[in-house]
Amino acid sequence: MHSTTSDLVGADRLAPPSAVDALKIVIVGGFGVGKTTMVGAVSEIRPLSTEEIMTEASVGVDDIGRVREKATTTVAFDFGRITLNAGTMLYLFGAPGQQRFWFIWDQLFAGSLGAVVLVDTRRLADCFYSIDRLEHHRMPFVVAVNRFAEGPGLPAVREALDLAPEVPLIDCDARRRESCKQVLITLVEHLAHLNTFAREDIA
Amino acid sequence: MIRRSVDREDPDRLYTVTGGRTRADDAAFDSVSLIVGECEPTPGMQSEHARILLLARRPIAVVELSAKLRLPVSVVKILLRDLLDTGRITVRHPSSMTRPGKIDPGTLKQVLVALHNL
Repeated sequence: MHSTTSDLVGADRLAPPSAVDALKIVIVGGFGVGKTTMVGAVSEIRPLSTEEIMTEASVGVDDIGRVREKATTTVAFDFGRITLNAGTMLYLFGAPGQQRFWFIWDQLFAGSLGAVVLVDTRRLADCFYSIDRLEHHRMPFVVAVNRFAEGPGLPAVREALDLAPEVPLIDCDARRRESCKQVLITLVEHLAHLNTFAREDIA
Repeated sequence: MIRRSVDREDPDRLYTVTGGRTRADDAAFDSVSLIVGECEPTPGMQSEHARILLLARRPIAVVELSAKLRLPVSVVKILLRDLLDTGRITVRHPSSMTRPGKIDPGTLKQVLVALHNL
């Protein structure tokens, strides 16, 4: 394939030269639930796709012998970006909820602000494992139901997922920018709320 | 989305790109550490190094380099280590790496404002 410098840099919006800090939010969900659609709905660049190799170190941290069958395992993920201000970028990652993905959580997503668990009510069970792992990693999260069709209401979803009352649960349409914005705002407000409580605990 | 998988990659390629090294000092780079090139590519430089320097004329995150070079994140980190050791790039680490475990309330407020303005 012919590739030139201009192809490499592309027409993508570049980060401001003054960018000094980057934040991460991870959107977790099963196959086909709309993760990349959500990333694309709010990202200022076309979502990019890449992959990471699971290292032995990451296996060690997260234990379990499930991964032994193969020496090299890779996990693909998508991401987009929002320039928050002249100094700060926000990266949005779409991450598969499958088990092997969680072995690279620390490799890629350590230090994330929080996570969005994207749910399809027709396949609720797809997100049980993700919710369990987020709790294990002490990563704050909100749950967003991507409405593909009529389905159980939010109270029924909350019960089915056995969500703690303080975990925000909202409906969304991953194709719509406004809706995805609202999901991210809900997450950040939740983080601010948790932050306040953490400080009161110390006081 | 169609892309190549490392599994289908010419097996020698990743080995060649990294000179046989299999792991970077992972602590040196976060997935969103911003990389800034400090010089232009020079003739004879390994092509991946040269491409990184071209892409890093403006700050660019490690994962973005990974996507554009079509190389796994950890392979890119190995290449970045070379450039860092020779002073060809500088790195702006995310605050989550330099001040782990703390989210500054001011930062959250900035994020909220920016999201509302999207």
